[in-house]
Formats: sequence, C-alpha cells, structure tokens
Amino acid sequence: MAELTYRAALNEALAEEMERDDSVFLLGEEVAEYDGAYKVSKGLLNQFGDKRVVDTPISELGFTGLGVGAAMLGLRPVVEFMTFNFSFLALDQVINSASKMLAMSAGQIGIPMVFRGPTGAALQLGAQHSQACETWYLHAPGVKVVTPATPADAKGLLKAAIRDNDPVAVMEGELLYNLKGEVPDGEDFIIPLGLADRKREGGDVSIITHGPTVHVALQAAGQLSKEGIEADVLDLRSLRPLDVEAILATVAKTNRAVYLEGGWPYGGVGAQIVSILMEEAFDDLDAPVLRVTQADVPMPYNKKLEAWTKPGATRVVEACKKVLYV
Amino acid sequence: MSEAETVPVEATSGEPGLAAMSKTKLVELLREMLLYRRFEEKAEEAYAIGQIGGFCHLHIGQEAVAAGAVLQLRQDDYVITAYRDHTQALAKGLSPDAVMAELYGKASGSSGGMGGSMHIFGVEQGFMGGHGIVGGQIGLALGMAWAIHYRGTDQVCVCFFGDAAVNQGVFHESMNMAAIWNLPVIYAVENNSYGMGTKFSRVSDTDMVQKSASHGVPATVVDGQDVLATHAHFENLIEQVRGGAGPQFVDVQCYRFKGHSMSDPVSGTYRSREEVHDRTDNSDPIKILRDRMYEAELLTSDELEILDAEVRGVVAAAAQSAEDAPEPSLDRLYEHVYSEINVHGRLFFDGRER
Repeated sequence: MAELTYRAALNEALAEEMERDDSVFLLGEEVAEYDGAYKVSKGLLNQFGDKRVVDTPISELGFTGLGVGAAMLGLRPVVEFMTFNFSFLALDQVINSASKMLAMSAGQIGIPMVFRGPTGAALQLGAQHSQACETWYLHAPGVKVVTPATPADAKGLLKAAIRDNDPVAVMEGELLYNLKGEVPDGEDFIIPLGLADRKREGGDVSIITHGPTVHVALQAAGQLSKEGIEADVLDLRSLRPLDVEAILATVAKTNRAVYLEGGWPYGGVGAQIVSILMEEAFDDLDAPVLRVTQADVPMPYNKKLEAWTKPGATRVVEACKKVLYV
Repeated sequence: MSEAETVPVEATSGEPGLAAMSKTKLVELLREMLLYRRFEEKAEEAYAIGQIGGFCHLHIGQEAVAAGAVLQLRQDDYVITAYRDHTQALAKGLSPDAVMAELYGKASGSSGGMGGSMHIFGVEQGFMGGHGIVGGQIGLALGMAWAIHYRGTDQVCVCFFGDAAVNQGVFHESMNMAAIWNLPVIYAVENNSYGMGTKFSRVSDTDMVQKSASHGVPATVVDGQDVLATHAHFENLIEQVRGGAGPQFVDVQCYRFKGHSMSDPVSGTYRSREEVHDRTDNSDPIKILRDRMYEAELLTSDELEILDAEVRGVVAAAAQSAEDAPEPSLDRLYEHVYSEINVHGRLFFDGRER
C-alpha cells in the first residue's frame, strides 16, 4: 500500500496500462507538453513519446471522432476531456458512433476506448463549468460509466476501464484530485466494473451515492452517528454496469434509503435507483426513498448561493431523519 | 509533433483515354457500374412494395464514384461513407446477397438485419460502414487514418461524404487534424450539388474546392460522372497518399438521378424536371463509358446485353435469397450491445427476459 493522491493514482493507472499494452494511447487538450490541465498525465509524454500522448487542438468533436475511429481498428484510445462539460461538443461521436457501432455492425466492430476527465460541481466556476454529466453517458446502451471517489478506486477502475472492450466513461471528481488515500500496490490491482463498495457500515439507514458526493455522505453519516443513527454508505462506483445486488442488500438490511448525487433530480441517477427499489425492494421498504440532489437550477456563481445549491451534508442528515421518521 | 508536410497532388490533366486501360479492365468497370445500377433499381422496386423499409438512399447516377475510386483499393485499405452506402459496399467487396439481405432486414444481411440500408458494414473487406449522421464518418476516418499512422502500415483510408457535410464542424476539425499529423486519408466529397433539397450554393458562400484550403489540405476536382477520369484521379491520389503525401480533399462532381431518399421526389421544388432529364440524358456514367467503348470498338451491343443480363441475374438472385432468408431471431437483440458482459453488475434496465 502506498499513500497517493487521486491524481497520482490516475497517473499510475495510465502509465501502467500504456506500458502493458502498446495499443493504448492518450489524447486530448493539453495532455502532453502541459502535463494535463489537472496534471493527471504528468510525465507521460517523456515516458511514451508524442505518438502515444497526443496534444490535440480544441476540437472535442473531431478528436473524439479520432478516438472512436482508431478504436474501430483495434487501438485502445483514452480520450481526456479537460472537463466533461466540454464533451457535450463530442456527444454525437459518443452516442451515435461509439455506443452503437457494435450493434449496427452486428458485432463486427467493437469500440474499446475510454473517455475520462473531471465532472461535477467545483468551486465558483459558474453554470457551464460546474455540473454533473453522468446521465448523458448513462442513458445510452453500449456505454459503461464509472465514478471513482477515492484514489484506490480511481486507479483500479481506470485500469479496468482501459482493459474493457467497450466504451467506458471514467468520470472523475473535479475536487478530488488532491485527495490522498491508500492505494494497493501492483500492476494487477484492478477493480472490476460493476462492483459497489460499502464505504461505511451501519444498520439504520442506507445512503446510496456515487462519485464526489461519497464524501458528503460520509460527513452526514458522521453527524448522524453523534445522534445515535448509524448509516450504511454504499458507493456505487460503477453506474453501468450497476451493482443492483449491493443496492438491494443494503436496503434489505436498513429498510430505509436516501439517494445522494451531485446531479439534477429530473432523469437523474437517483430516479433510476428509486425505480429499481420500487420494482425490486418494495416489500423491504419502511419509508419512501428520498433523493438529495443539486437544486434544479444552473449552478450560480455566488458563493453562498452555490453552497445552497449543492447537496450538502445537512440536507442528507435531514433526509435520513425523514425516512427514519425522527 | 512534426510539422505537417503536405505535398500537393497534381490534378489529373487532360481527358484520360481508353488507351490507358485494357479491354478487360474497361469491361470490369462497365459491369460493376451496371451491377450497381441494377442493384439499386431492384432496391427501389422492393422498397415500393414494402420489402425494404425505413430510409433508403439510392446511388443511381453516381455509380462512377464507387467504381472509379473504390474498386482499385487493396482489401486492407479502408472505405467509410455516409448513408448512401450500398454501392461503395459492393465495390469494396461485399456480396450483393449480403447487402440486399441487409436492406430486407434479414439474418443473412451484412449486419444481420441490425443495421439496415444506412449501416452496411464489412470489416473483412475493409468497408467500415455506412453512417447516418451527416459528417460523422469524417471524424471516424480521421481516427482510422490515425491508426494506420500509429502502426506505421501503408494502408489508405478513403472517406466519402455528401456536399452538405462540409458545413459541419467535424469536417473542419478533422481536416485540420489530418493535416497536422499528415494522415493517410482521402476525403472525397460526392458533390451532387444538393444536400437533400438544398442547393449547395444556397448554403455556402465559397466554392467546394476552397473548403480544405485553410487547413493546408490540397484539393483537386474530378468529373465524377466519368469513370475513367475518376479512376485515373484516384489512382494517382491513392499512390501519393500511400507514399506519405498526407491528407487529400477531392471534389468529386456528380449527380443524383433519384430523390434524396426513397421517400423524396426526384424533382420538384428544389430542382426542375428539365435539369434532371438533361443530366440523366447527357451525363449518365454508364452511357458515357458505353459510348466511348462503342466508339473505340471495344464493345458491341450484344456484349453489353450479355453483361446486363448477367448482372440482372446476380441482382435477382440476391433479392430472391434476401426474400427467402429468415428474420433475425429475438435473441440476437442484446447480443452485440456490449462486447463484454462484465461479471458483476447489471447492464440492461428494461426488465425484459433475455
């Protein structure tokens, strides 16, 4: 075990997988000479050269098309979006090309590629640079989505995503890059896609979440604990494939659940989880499942309003008490 | 990255004569174009009686583009195009049976009935699809050319698109990157003057041949109704690009004899009947080659009839086998959504039996 930042864990994952498989290459804006806008690709240009660490023009649609086209011929591109906000320019290639190629060609052409970069609310970046982008990727069959919340998860999931034979979006937390944590050693440390992780054990209420809000959930659980309420915190880690068994198991244990996410409520991840619980865990529930999300508005710049807009620990505590009827 | 080194390719000069090509080769070009014509006519018939559904875009009138540009490629070269894709697929080596069955949505189709008219694929033949979003394949071709460059092999990627696609951002983004990295791609615009029903001059203030200039990609023009000119032009381009000349842009001037798709009229509000008749009478690529061969006494009308009967037979057999083929079974539906079903977790959320 080594203590690494989330950023360094991602960097190690990239370096190890590029070393292991010479069909893996990284492309995106500022990834090479600048070491990445968030320094995730630091040193990789020197290690692997400019054919495998490629600075692109600011042309999200074009370089994502490049990635998908290269994957059509069997390369394993890792496309870095400086942030997923900018990837909306590239969604045609994600949704209409990458996610559907295998089906349209009846299995002739797979797309073994990774889209990665930061997403989620940051600090006072305003409406266009501060939003959770998961649902745009989740919605399309053919794409897989993971949202690591810790350095270990970042490394293990990115490595698994690179080795996966389908398009995988690795959605990193913009505010997590400096987060430190223990990361298991060894090139073969992989976290398989589709496995949730219980980040805290508790029997009274389930806080189910994914991505950066895992840390908000843990904070809320700490506050609840002071009042004698023990929360089970389930980090989904992977949204597609989704560890439905783990979701059902935590709800079977606590009979009460709150879904917490950084995205908007309408058509959000939580909406899907609530639907699954209605269909598959109705008899286990002692209270309606509640959601805590970002307010249903574009992110404001003002610091005070921004804090109110985000799904904070206080709201999670309130929601948990509500499903516990206390 | 190294500076892009783009070497301008000289335009094909003069009218390429029949002399440059053997009689066997000329007959092959004629036969191929006849096959494409009869194939598309059969598709039109089948569409009219409901055997083919959805959108169906015919290549009638533009056969010389597929025959002239694609036939001469190596099997390991790549072709990618838009949704008007039947004849390029045939030219790249897919069987008429597989393409026709795909139009019929049958299990024996090139995509097992999952793709349809707009999504013909033949990986073994280097035919990388029929793509349905205007310009989408231009970005994909960039990546295919990147993969060739990355691996250091000597294939060429030829990417077709219609004239309307040059107004998409992806055209300019891709052109720019292809030039930066000197990638082995030929961007060939099938310039039939109309994006669906919109004349190109109404949506562009500059001429087609100028479109790649600001990206440093050399542009050339060829008469796409003349299969010999098209063949000679692409022969030159392919050789140059294979040799490292970098990306090329070709304005292949052609004309669509039918409507944009089967659900559109041939003429009407956007182009006159007279215009269509004039082009059909005077610039039919098959008639042009036929007449030149007649003139040079390289073809008799009897020989032409035999050729035509033969390709009609091929097309009729393809239609029959498509008609007889089974529908894809329901259990194929989830088979190719993901190539890897992960050990853990759920991938599909419809709650249906699979």
